[in-house]
Amino acid sequence: MIDASLFISAVLFTIGVVGVLTRRNAIVIFMCVELMLNAVNLTFVALSRAYGMAGQVFVVFVMTVAAAEAAVGLAIIIAIFRHRQTVNLQNINLLRG
Amino acid sequence: MLLQQVAQAVAPAAESGPHPLAGTAARFLWLLPLLPLLGFVINGLLSLLPAFHAGPADPSAEGHDDPHAPGPVAAHDSAAEQDLPGHHDHGDDHHAVARHRYAGLVSIVGPAVLAATFVLAVMMFLAMRGLGQMEAPYVARYFEWIRAGGLYIPFALQLDQLSMVMVLVITGVGTLIHIFSVGYMQDDPGYPRYFSYLNLFIFFMLLLVLGANYPIMFIGWEGVGLCSYLLIGFWFSEKANADAGKKAFIVNRIGDFGFLVAMFLLFANLHTLSFTSIGARAGDLGYGSALVTTICLFLFLGCAGKSAQIPLYVWLPDAMAGPTPVSALIHAATMVTAGVYLVARSAMLFSMAPVASLTVALVGALTAIFAATIGLKQWDIKKVLAYSTVSQLGYMFVGVGVGAYTAGVFHLVTHAFFKALLFLGSGSVIFAMHRAYHATHSADDAQDMRNMGGLARYMPVTHILMWIATLAISGVPFFSGFYSKDEILGSVFARAHESTLAEAHWLGIPGRPLLYAIYVIGLAAAFITAVYMTRMMIYTFLGTNRTGDAERPHLAEAPWVMTGPLVVLGALSLFGGMFNLPELFPFNYFGLAPEGALHHWLEPVVGRPSLLITGGSEAHVEHGTELALIGAAVAVGVLGIVTALVRLRRGERLVPKARSPEEVGFQRVLLNKYFVDEAYDRALVRPTYNLSRNVLWRGVDVGIIDALVNAAAKISRGVGGIGSSLQSGQVGTYAWVLLVGVLAVLGAFTLRS
Amino acid sequence: MRGEIYPLFYTFHFYVFGVIAIASALVFVTRKSPVAAALWLVMTMFALAAMYVLLDAHFIGAIQVLVYAGAIMVVFLFVIMLLNLGHPSELADAQTGWWKLGAGAVGVALISMIATRVRADLPESLLVPANFAQTELANRNAVGSVADPLFRADQYLLAFELTSILLLAAIVGAVVLGRRSTPTRLTTGAATDAEKRDARDLAGVSGD
Repeated sequence: MIDASLFISAVLFTIGVVGVLTRRNAIVIFMCVELMLNAVNLTFVALSRAYGMAGQVFVVFVMTVAAAEAAVGLAIIIAIFRHRQTVNLQNINLLRG
Repeated sequence: MLLQQVAQAVAPAAESGPHPLAGTAARFLWLLPLLPLLGFVINGLLSLLPAFHAGPADPSAEGHDDPHAPGPVAAHDSAAEQDLPGHHDHGDDHHAVARHRYAGLVSIVGPAVLAATFVLAVMMFLAMRGLGQMEAPYVARYFEWIRAGGLYIPFALQLDQLSMVMVLVITGVGTLIHIFSVGYMQDDPGYPRYFSYLNLFIFFMLLLVLGANYPIMFIGWEGVGLCSYLLIGFWFSEKANADAGKKAFIVNRIGDFGFLVAMFLLFANLHTLSFTSIGARAGDLGYGSALVTTICLFLFLGCAGKSAQIPLYVWLPDAMAGPTPVSALIHAATMVTAGVYLVARSAMLFSMAPVASLTVALVGALTAIFAATIGLKQWDIKKVLAYSTVSQLGYMFVGVGVGAYTAGVFHLVTHAFFKALLFLGSGSVIFAMHRAYHATHSADDAQDMRNMGGLARYMPVTHILMWIATLAISGVPFFSGFYSKDEILGSVFARAHESTLAEAHWLGIPGRPLLYAIYVIGLAAAFITAVYMTRMMIYTFLGTNRTGDAERPHLAEAPWVMTGPLVVLGALSLFGGMFNLPELFPFNYFGLAPEGALHHWLEPVVGRPSLLITGGSEAHVEHGTELALIGAAVAVGVLGIVTALVRLRRGERLVPKARSPEEVGFQRVLLNKYFVDEAYDRALVRPTYNLSRNVLWRGVDVGIIDALVNAAAKISRGVGGIGSSLQSGQVGTYAWVLLVGVLAVLGAFTLRS
Repeated sequence: MRGEIYPLFYTFHFYVFGVIAIASALVFVTRKSPVAAALWLVMTMFALAAMYVLLDAHFIGAIQVLVYAGAIMVVFLFVIMLLNLGHPSELADAQTGWWKLGAGAVGVALISMIATRVRADLPESLLVPANFAQTELANRNAVGSVADPLFRADQYLLAFELTSILLLAAIVGAVVLGRRSTPTRLTTGAATDAEKRDARDLAGVSGD
């Protein structure tokens, strides 16, 4: 089952990547990032069966950080929305060089 | 066989003890060029200081509102202004403005420095004479100038009989001209600048003649070219004057190229450039070889540039745009004679290359007659004298070309006297004419002979002195020019009779007929010389005055500061022949002048090369032939004078320049100097100009180099633009880049495994 | 434990949930409406939770549902609703066709590369005995097996404490970023109209 888990994890990760590249809504992109994190969690859990509890402990940490990151990130998006009335990433290009 | 003898004789004997001149005045040899340099520095500094206050009343300067002189008004306004070259109709003309503040100091420093140099030179001359026959030159090395690989050039000055003669002429005639300039340039705003340039010129000229090796001589060579440029374009606010200066310098430069190539060839083959060493080793080059001929021809190219021979003479008539004393000093007495000095100095080389010597003589002869014909139809008095100078230089080159080095140098000396006298005399004339036109606010040409006439009445002293010079240049017996010119022609004839040159072949033509032809050309040129000089005298001093009734009361003799030097030069032109009397003459000035003095004096320097050309014996013709030759020369000269007097007495029908008719036919060709300048312009100047403008400037500089630089800038900008577009501010793009990076790293790992 | 007795049961269900997870993810990525996308992501997470349990990570499975699906996705949905982004008709969301093609290519490349790496053998030295997970679960229960390394001073206690500080920083940051600026002197008093307009802009769209 470890092989299958790793494969599924890879596929989910790739789907997340494609989503990041393809979507324009900032929140949806954020959710794709969460999908990627979940895929990685699957990998950790799968491998913890072979390598000990460290894998699962690390998943706890990943989830914690994901939560923190989601909170802050969404706060930023709200702040941007207040300024620009949009969350379409194509319109948010103040860093344009 | 003869060559070995000569070479051995020239090789310096093993130095046994110091040179006999070592303890004498000659140890101040370094002071000779340095004094004029000091004068240059002082006068130069004075010229940089602010300059103006109203000078002593000059009757023609007060209350001036001169329509064509913007200079004066501006000068009064700006007290701190430097010398403003005023507006001039032609080079020589200038308007009295205000006397330069330091004019007095400059008037003393300028000529005094040169007089001191002359006195020092005389002391050295006396020391040399006291030695009797001095075989080896006195060489003083001062410091090491260049040492690069096998090339070793010390800064060394050399004093021998030839350079002594040149130094005496330069400093002597130079002092007289400086004194003359005090009067002539008295009202010029650029007074100190003028004297500083003049002193600088003397410095370089002395370096030229005192140098102990070719590079030192070349410093002087280039330096006099520079000073010539500075002085010709002295009144540079007139474009024509500046152009004349440029032309002189550029044409000179072409000659300098020849000099340089000759130096390179000399060094490549002999590994030395000092005169004594070259004299000793010249035999290594091979008598009559292509190498020595090439070297001599390139040296002669330098001479053609500096001494205004065909084809590089075109700058000399234009050089008349400078002040008249400059024309006298530089373009009559000293700078243009540097070429003759070079040939005499390189006598050993030239005597080993008969083809080159014949070339020198031939070009000299052709130049002599060519320039003489042009002088027949010039109306500007200075232009007549300019072409006369070119023609007489041709004579000198004929002299040194056929191996009569003494004769060439002798003519150089006498020519310095009478040509300087002619130029300074014409300067006095122009000065008077100019004052007259100034007083009446006329814009007429003060230098055109059609505006002159009958000036003998108003300027008697100048008149007589100019006649002395004219008779000298025409070769009338017992004047100085007679002796020198006659010696040249006699030498040509003698060498045509028997010499190595006569045996040689020039481009397939045998030497003997060539030399006879040169002799005939010389005679013809002498005839034409007499004609145009007499013509000049007639139009200027004889007949009725055409200047104009308003101006006539103002015509007067020049002040004594100008006429004094004229008198000295007149005496020298009259009695200068005694420097080298031919042995034929019983007339030896009551024992004061031993016969052939110059010949004996120069013998240690040029005697052996001269022998090489004549084939080992002094060139002699029988007494009868010699008398006939002298008679021919005299006859030709007198005939020329008489012809001019007879035919041109109808100069009465001349009208002033303003109303003169246009020339037609061959006269027009002569007046326009055979259109040589126009031909050069078409053939050389315009193509060069087009080449540099269209090909080199537009094509290479703008099209290639600028394009490359701009392309570099554009590429930078383009790359920057690409980089800038990467910074789109779009997060999506950034995610892409990130992903591509991840793929790259993963790919590297994948591939590695 | 049970995995040994009924391996087929577990394996089959593992694959079922795997397929569900992948399918949900695909649907999630292609939804126009953010709300629909969020819900499909929740579905994916449920499937993953099931897979965790099947992999003998009971605690993690529970945490996944509680924290991820129950808290984080709820926050996402809150924000979507707050910003009124629910209407699918407003957004033409995805990028252009070329972009999608490129993304697809990237995806294929990524999968292939990962798949290649995955084939590699697992390093021997770190392996734990085959029944490790069951043993752990038997000795300590599900929570204890995760908590034990987490609170051991020689294992992950330090990381745990640091994570708590991280959470504190995140909370503070979120509060600061989300706060509307209080009315300043600029919105009252002697400010120009433009300044007042700017201040109002900063404070929020609706001006409250």
